[in-house]
Amino acid sequence: MQRFIPLVLVFALFGLFFMLLTKEDRNPQEIKSVMIGRTVADFSVPALSEGAPALTDDILKSGKPKLVNFFASWCIPCRAEHENLMEISNRYGIDIIGIAYKDDPAKSRAFLAELGNPYAAMGVDGDGRLAIDWGVTGVPETFLVKGDGTITYRHWGPVVGDSFKEKLLPALEAVQ
Amino acid sequence: MIRILFSLAIAILISVAATAVAVDEKPLEDPAKEAVARAIMKDIRCLQCQNQSIEDSNAGIAKDLRMVVRERLALGDSPDNVRAYLVDRYGDWVLLEPPVKANTYFLWASPFLFLVFIIYMVLRSRKPSAGPKPLSEEEEAKLKALLDEDSGERR
Repeated sequence: MQRFIPLVLVFALFGLFFMLLTKEDRNPQEIKSVMIGRTVADFSVPALSEGAPALTDDILKSGKPKLVNFFASWCIPCRAEHENLMEISNRYGIDIIGIAYKDDPAKSRAFLAELGNPYAAMGVDGDGRLAIDWGVTGVPETFLVKGDGTITYRHWGPVVGDSFKEKLLPALEAVQ
Repeated sequence: MIRILFSLAIAILISVAATAVAVDEKPLEDPAKEAVARAIMKDIRCLQCQNQSIEDSNAGIAKDLRMVVRERLALGDSPDNVRAYLVDRYGDWVLLEPPVKANTYFLWASPFLFLVFIIYMVLRSRKPSAGPKPLSEEEEAKLKALLDEDSGERR
């Protein structure tokens, strides 16, 4: 009997690796955000709309939950998720704050003029420093912020398909 | 001959390209601080091209993080503070070398555990096999009788 122990070990390891590798939401590219549960740090960035006041962290501490979406006109997946952002703002009644990441403001504005504007307020993060403070690894990324300014969920990559329905929507419902 | 020279030239070109760092923007004025910055950059993971350090990545975010590293150093942060600043935003994953702490003990110990396991297996396989059990008294007597009988016949 003892002679089968190595064989059993090998099969057990095989099973373990297989399980971990085929796990449902396994994405080695995705870095888990360390921001979940933290309160949004103070920030102030210029508004995207000309003449509008600067966008600050105050807007995220207004008592109502908000989505914060980092986007850019040069970002192809942002285009893909845009329709869903429009739907969220129309149907789910949650304000989305758009942050134009390392983008020419004129181009960001043209992007929104072309595809529609799902955002309640927009800020410009020209040098990407705000994104670094939020632990953003690339656009698009979307954060769900509770009314008191606590980040409860980070959506990595575009808000499309299954991940939109199975991750973001439940997270949205949880804070409302 | 030409072919050899040609392949040599290509080999040299490739090796030169491999050592060229992507650090192209303005270095810190103090060369000592710049050296410290470079050392830190080598240890920070680029979040876009994930198995490269920010020191040799051309990705936009790597460039931004290099700027952050230099800026923090210029502000008087120690290398540990700079690393902590980045870990605060991106988690331990941003460090190419995982820190030794409670949830990485197993990771760090695993090579040694494996070594112990291998040594155990080697020692086990080397142990001489037990061989047949020693004879009981009864068997001993029987054997003696048989041998005596045998030698008696031959005489």
